[in-house]
Amino acid sequence: MKENMKGIDNKLNLEPSLISDARNTAKSIADDIQQFINLHTTTTIERTVCRLLGIDGVDEFGVPLPNIVVEHILTGEQLGKGIAYFIGNALLHTNFSPQVIAEKISKKKLDILNFPAKNIVKIKEVLKPLVDSTLRKILANKRKREELLEHYGDKERPLIYVIVATGNIYEDIVQAQAAAKQGADVIAVIRSTGQSLLDYVPYGPTIEGFGGTYATQENFRLMRKALDQVGEELGRYIRLTNYCSGLCMPEIAAMGAFERLDMMLNDALYGILFRDINMKRTMIDQFFSRVINAFAGVIINTGEDNYLTTDDAFQAAHTVLASQFINEQFALFAGLKEEQMGLGHAFEMNPDLKNGFLYELSQAQMAHEIFPKAPLKYMPPTKYMTGNIFKGHIQDALFNIITIMTKQRIHLLGMLTEAIHTPFMSDRALSIENAKYIYNNLESLGDEIYFKQDGIIQKRARDVLKKSLELLKDIQGIGLFKTIEMGKFAGISRPIDGGKGLEGVIKKDNDYYNPFIESMLEKLRGGK
Amino acid sequence: MGGGLYSIESKDFDKTLDLTKVKPYGDTMNDGKVQISFTLPIKDNAKATEAAIQLAKKMGLKDPSVVYQEQLHESFTFFIIYGSVIHSIDYTMIKADIVDTESMTMNEINDYIKKNIKRKVIVLGATTGTDAHTVGIDAIMNMKGFAGHYGLERYEMLKVYNMGSQVSNEDFIKKAIELQADILLVSQTVTQKKIHVLNLTNLVELLEAEGIRDDVILICGGPRISNELAKELGYDAGFGPRIYAENVASFFIKEMVKRKKD
Repeated sequence: MKENMKGIDNKLNLEPSLISDARNTAKSIADDIQQFINLHTTTTIERTVCRLLGIDGVDEFGVPLPNIVVEHILTGEQLGKGIAYFIGNALLHTNFSPQVIAEKISKKKLDILNFPAKNIVKIKEVLKPLVDSTLRKILANKRKREELLEHYGDKERPLIYVIVATGNIYEDIVQAQAAAKQGADVIAVIRSTGQSLLDYVPYGPTIEGFGGTYATQENFRLMRKALDQVGEELGRYIRLTNYCSGLCMPEIAAMGAFERLDMMLNDALYGILFRDINMKRTMIDQFFSRVINAFAGVIINTGEDNYLTTDDAFQAAHTVLASQFINEQFALFAGLKEEQMGLGHAFEMNPDLKNGFLYELSQAQMAHEIFPKAPLKYMPPTKYMTGNIFKGHIQDALFNIITIMTKQRIHLLGMLTEAIHTPFMSDRALSIENAKYIYNNLESLGDEIYFKQDGIIQKRARDVLKKSLELLKDIQGIGLFKTIEMGKFAGISRPIDGGKGLEGVIKKDNDYYNPFIESMLEKLRGGK
Repeated sequence: MGGGLYSIESKDFDKTLDLTKVKPYGDTMNDGKVQISFTLPIKDNAKATEAAIQLAKKMGLKDPSVVYQEQLHESFTFFIIYGSVIHSIDYTMIKADIVDTESMTMNEINDYIKKNIKRKVIVLGATTGTDAHTVGIDAIMNMKGFAGHYGLERYEMLKVYNMGSQVSNEDFIKKAIELQADILLVSQTVTQKKIHVLNLTNLVELLEAEGIRDDVILICGGPRISNELAKELGYDAGFGPRIYAENVASFFIKEMVKRKKD
């Protein structure tokens, strides 16, 4: 057994040709969908363009102005041109800023559908300074993050990722600062159940929600400030995470780019499978959201762990790998670097399974070897947590061992009280203590041991890779949309024209214009 | 606390089991031993230890011993405590309430359907009327469920249709007939001036007019719905807050089987 030339671990003796075959198959699957994506836009994409052009705020009924402007164009059935076209045209006819235009539309004092059409070259010209200024603002945030990480130094060991979910942003801040002091590196603020199904983004600070509070730009700003403060005190950069999923994926991405979020939950298939959002809508939305995340230097976290809470983790392991391959390809199309792909999986095998730990180890090591540069996101046991906190703490310990052995990067800590309540301060402290103990005690174990040639662990990885390749070939044959209709992921079937949000999918006109997709991709591909 | 492996504590209490005075059991009958852990919002020092001991005594622990304490945050301290409970319970006087709506798990529900109904049960759900909130219906129906309780879509033996929000009662009934639904779930989250009551009543009237009211099990749910209100309006059941998919499913499958027998 040898380390290969690049110094990448090769403990599993996986066949490189199978890996590249799987990768190419995933590419062709994604390519097929990407062509469909390129022909369409959605209401939330156009609302995102509004936000990126500086439109924000709500009317007296709490309706966000980006929604009002997009609805306005929708009533004229002309959204296929792209909202930027109409805003640019209105700028040429008035002296107003996009924000003032939006406010006037909301008060029914302005109709931007009826201005005579100016030349597209002129429209692009008038928008350019606004576009450039937004891009500069986002790049400045990206640079600030890089500077802070440079200044404090980044951690080599897995990043300790914990969740706050009080439902009140101000209470969340107290919890988040306490968690950072206890050793957390990443704070995820849980959203209210059901936000993913809202076709708008709530506004302002929020102190309510079910099982979390809303993702709003103001909440992002408040938490960012709080984490920067506690980070300064601790001499560490504390990363902030939220949820870029649901019916407003690209809008949340834009808000995160403005407020320097560091990670976003952002899966290509999650909303389709687990929130019954229409698949066309999700595919189109995920693309623009990922372009923005890529440009902002955000690490995306994909949601393969969810498959294993539905399906059996032993039986369905290959669907996780197949989805990781597909997520990787969609991410590449959107300009994300491998270093920004927090591909997901989870420690969810039944604890009663004989040699279950070996299979978990095999799966985690495989993800590390196949996606060596990706900061893998590893999720804790949840499905088989029972309320027996004593056993639960051991389950979490086994999970922590695999995390450090297989060099997982983003380590969502399990809580001994999983399945009982949202974490107490002491639960979180005990979990962090558990993780730190294991990181330190087992730091180099992964580098010290090899796996037995053709033993249980190597064989398992090979089987999963082979089955995953077969699944990818199947999907390539019938197409991704059909595959989802047939229920091949997580055992969930979704019809192509079913689910929420289909009415927001719009075919682009030939002269469709979105200045941000163009300029962001150009800068990303230019090696920026 | 005792002395590690060899406890030298005196055990001068009655060591025979008396069901009229049941106490926790550590390693000797009636020793009353329990472990507790909690966090106090105070700094970690000797005074904190004393505070934890005094609190444990108030909780009814004799000879409480703080076996571990640690500062979690500048003014929060975590304690693990062992002690002996002074209280006891008269076990012979306890009457267990047998609740007939006891909830089954997802697997038990699937097994129950396989055994007693022998086909997939068809469930149709929607938020009806002008209400645009799908939070309630999605928590019960969506694959992902709510708070760790999987939604009905994940149940192997249920065929589940979620029409979403703002569904008119007429469309809802049309779909119910088309699918030959066994179970109708109606969610009402936002209510203004009792509009939900009118809407819910209207649905019952329309179902009766179509002559299918008795063919379905009709259930409504929402934060302001009580079982009492639901029955008054002509529903088979109503579910309020803190109800999960398995609670609803347990009710309707048992009700289906009960009706078959009647």
